Amino acid sequence: MTGDGAGDQVSGGESQVSGAGDQVSGGESYGDFEPVIGLEVHCELRTRTKLFCGCPNSFGDAPNTNVCPVCLGLPGSLPVLNAKAVELAMRIGTALHCDIRPSSFHRKNYFYPDMPKDYQVSQYDEPINVGGWLELPDGSRVGIVRAHIEEDTGKTTHAGGTGRIHGSSYSLVDYNRAGVPLVEIVSEPDIRSAAQARLYAAELRAILVATGASDGRMEEGSMRVDANVSVRRRGASELGTRCEVKNLNSLRSLTRAIDYEVRRQVGIIEKGGAVAQETRHFDEAQGATVAMRSKEEAFDYRYFPEPDLVPLAPDAAWQSEVAASLGPMPAERRSRVSELIGARGGTAGDGATSASQIATVVELGLDGLVEAAVTSGVDPGLALARAANEAAAGGDAARGLDPAGFTALLKLEAARKLSATQAKAVLAEMLLHGGDPATIARAKGFEVMDEGELATVVRQVVDESPGEWHRYLEGEEKLAQFFVGKVMKATRGRADGKAVIAALDRLRS
Amino acid sequence: MSAGLDQPAERAGLTGSAALTSEVAAYVARLARIELSAGELDRFAKQLGAVLEHASQVNALDTGDVEPTAHPLPLRNVLRKDEPRPSLERDAVLAEAPASEDGCFKVPRILAEER
Amino acid sequence: MTTGSPTPGVTRSAHEIARAVRNGDESALSVLQEHLEAIGSIDGEVHAFITLLDDQARSDAAEVDRRVAAGEDPGPLAGVPVALKDNLCTSGVPTTCASHILGSWRPPYDATVVERVRAAGAVIVGKTNMDEFAMGSSTETSAFGPTCNPLDLSRVPGGSSGGSAAAVAAGMVPLALGSDTGGSVRQPAAYCGVVGVKPTYGAVSRYGLVAFASSLDQVGPIARSVADAALLLDVIGGHDALDSTSLDRPPSRYAESLCLLDAGGHAPGEELVAGLHVGIVEELVAGADPLVARSVRAAAESLASYGATVDDVSIPELAYGLPAYYLIAPAEASSNLARYDGVRYGSRVDGPDVEAMNRATRAAGFGDEVKRRIMLGTYALSAGYYDAYYGKAQRVRTLIIDAFSAAYQRFDVLLGATAPTTAFPMGAKVDDPLSMYLSDVCTVPSSLAGHPAISVPFGRAEDGLPAGVQVLAPALGESVMLKVAAAVEAAGASIAPEPK
Repeated sequence: MTGDGAGDQVSGGESQVSGAGDQVSGGESYGDFEPVIGLEVHCELRTRTKLFCGCPNSFGDAPNTNVCPVCLGLPGSLPVLNAKAVELAMRIGTALHCDIRPSSFHRKNYFYPDMPKDYQVSQYDEPINVGGWLELPDGSRVGIVRAHIEEDTGKTTHAGGTGRIHGSSYSLVDYNRAGVPLVEIVSEPDIRSAAQARLYAAELRAILVATGASDGRMEEGSMRVDANVSVRRRGASELGTRCEVKNLNSLRSLTRAIDYEVRRQVGIIEKGGAVAQETRHFDEAQGATVAMRSKEEAFDYRYFPEPDLVPLAPDAAWQSEVAASLGPMPAERRSRVSELIGARGGTAGDGATSASQIATVVELGLDGLVEAAVTSGVDPGLALARAANEAAAGGDAARGLDPAGFTALLKLEAARKLSATQAKAVLAEMLLHGGDPATIARAKGFEVMDEGELATVVRQVVDESPGEWHRYLEGEEKLAQFFVGKVMKATRGRADGKAVIAALDRLRS
Repeated sequence: MSAGLDQPAERAGLTGSAALTSEVAAYVARLARIELSAGELDRFAKQLGAVLEHASQVNALDTGDVEPTAHPLPLRNVLRKDEPRPSLERDAVLAEAPASEDGCFKVPRILAEER
Repeated sequence: MTTGSPTPGVTRSAHEIARAVRNGDESALSVLQEHLEAIGSIDGEVHAFITLLDDQARSDAAEVDRRVAAGEDPGPLAGVPVALKDNLCTSGVPTTCASHILGSWRPPYDATVVERVRAAGAVIVGKTNMDEFAMGSSTETSAFGPTCNPLDLSRVPGGSSGGSAAAVAAGMVPLALGSDTGGSVRQPAAYCGVVGVKPTYGAVSRYGLVAFASSLDQVGPIARSVADAALLLDVIGGHDALDSTSLDRPPSRYAESLCLLDAGGHAPGEELVAGLHVGIVEELVAGADPLVARSVRAAAESLASYGATVDDVSIPELAYGLPAYYLIAPAEASSNLARYDGVRYGSRVDGPDVEAMNRATRAAGFGDEVKRRIMLGTYALSAGYYDAYYGKAQRVRTLIIDAFSAAYQRFDVLLGATAPTTAFPMGAKVDDPLSMYLSDVCTVPSSLAGHPAISVPFGRAEDGLPAGVQVLAPALGESVMLKVAAAVEAAGASIAPEPK
């Protein structure tokens, strides 16, 4: 798993792809037409409390337990802005090269049962972050229009019927998420393919994680993407009619939905039709975008300045404090890791594999582990692989790994004191409960097999499979893995694969 | 009390009570989610038309270079620390709800998805 | 309907009561009992209260007495019965805003002002009637029926804080809290012959005040004297971290500064106003009924006789206050009242889908005046009309603020009528919203500017009803405003000692 985050790995089980180069982008060709895409990314901020009240900002709690008069919109309640949310918004803006401006809040008025006040407090004509850009790993740049602060809504569950909104007989509302701080990052329509959209979203997620503003977990909804998609004939300068595609809950959905939507619009135009401006919903199961219901008054939001809040104008001191506190961003960190690995040489795999592994460890904030291990002499290939594969699988816990412990584990493995299988098991335990790798290995009974013990097991396995052994002796080298597997099974992973092959060699000679 | 100045209401395209037709009133009632009968719409349209005609007196003032005042206070940057405060007891919260189920507020089915 | 005052209520001031209770000369319980009896005999006719809290009040009074007995000081309002407008949240006690839409809603918290009043030793006796969601100028739009003016039961008490003003005027309580968005404390105070203060915007916390128009709403005291109003203002004012629009200032001590001058019963007018420059605002007098205008002129003459310099001043922009107000306030209200949708609290009328439920709930739960204002405000904010209405009104607001600033370069305070007329007969304006709105014409300019203003009764007009004189001051000018008001009050007392 590389270009994608933990989210896709957990939910989608997606293949190892670093942003570009999956099946969609591979086949991405729309004849005479060029897609024009802008993304709106909603990012939940990692604050302790909500945007306007002291209720916990936490995912997964029992419904309606993190609510108070303010975030329930009870009569008489008033909002007070969370300073940390402002700071995180400024961190995002700074990382995206935006201007931080004096800003204010507006009310966006519309009725929906998941909005406790039936208006959303958001920044409208005076957002905190204006202008900016994001550079993708392939060197292209996507402009940032704005990145503004707003409050999240609650969650509705459609009950009865299919569980979808259509056919449900009633809905249940949980306001735990209502009032959670969001930053909405709006890109320029600079994106020209589904693959580039995916690259942008992945890189933005890495930046959001790097700023400490977000955990970037799409599967928990802490990063949500809407895409504005239009198409035009290649070479045309004017924009086509755009549709907004919602419900893109993973990078995989994002690419599938954009690809579908582009083809749909191209199809309409090729048949002489005109694309209607509308909001569309991506149906994961069908792999299609579907027009959403809309009413005449749906977009008359009656924005006006939120009178319960005063304007925001972070002074220069605060701005520079925020800028100074920002660590290096993913692009810089990627090049740092590859320089380090380049300098150390070692067994890092081919360029593409190691580039995608570097992208993964940086995106997940695990490059510190790799750097620590490599600088204390661990083979870069091993450090990268364990960080990008096994540690990354631990999700959030991986960021909590102690670099010294991670390094110590890899040294045990490199010194053949633990087999690869054993090392992975120890790492899994460290991710779950922490602890010192040597202690964990002892507790699990992972002792080094001495040569004598191993030789006995190898002989046993060879005796049990005379046919295979004969073919191996005849030169069928791939059967080595067959014997390694047998030995692993017999020793329940205690044996080291390389040591088994050495033992086989000795037996053969 | 009268404005005492000329009232060129036309400047804003306002023509007194004609500014609010029943159709506009019906649209506004939909926006505001208030069910009104045809008779109510008609009555409100007339009453509000009169108020709007009065309100159009403001058009007598030249406000070309005037900044809008959203708020009478000169305050800036009123912020609180990111510190948790106790939430409410769910049972007490849901006891006020017209309908609830499974710890949630219960509402009739939602037809419109778009927002 | 009868006219004239019913059973006389209690006439003692809050100052007197608190002094007696703090000294242990009188128990808070006996003070409460006396007032509950007055309420019992008067409120059947006046209908100032929506909810009476006699049981809770008795236990609160007993607690005050316990503290006095233990040698503690219960605070500056020790044992003083206070009534709260029913748009101030009271924990566990229904807070209706005089609307059916809130059903039997009981807030889980106290408004900041309620907490402060309690902490000062006051005994809350009940929640008072009002225009629904504070939208009205007569307390006739209440879902629970109108309140009568205790001075003439056939007339309105003004509004929207009509219940609070009537309760104070009738001697059912010495103090009450109201809320003033465009005059809702001052105008009923004028109609009922009592004192009502609208503080500087931000001087008093709005946390727990059910919002009508957030950029205008302020909680304000109603009392039978300027000194008592100042006492309550001192208690409720000051910074509140729960209200972002609360001014961060040290607590005020207005009552003390007035009472220092009050050694001999009434403050000597000379000490209060000598040397001040007072402007009579033409636009706040010229359109008023001659009966009322005469009171303003007479009050001004008294101030001049105390050594103030009095001049006429014209501020033409103030005439645009009313139209601007009736665009801004409904616009904010349309948004503030969106939350009454039948989902989380209050009443619900079911429907086949959530939107139908919202519409039916709001149709049944809101009265006509609230619907009108929501419609008006929704229209003013709606796409295509924003610039012509709401945007324009905001600019007019700026012009009014600038015009006031210019006037306050010359004058310490400004003087005008509180309302163009005295209390009007019940039912006279209910079917004509615009004429009802016009009764706010003198009070909305200060509201738009966020400035403080006070209404003080000054004698009786020729119809026998009290006339209110309004003293206006620049932002945070409460101190000088209260002193001038106290001088007007003293002069008024000397010309009309005991109204009948």
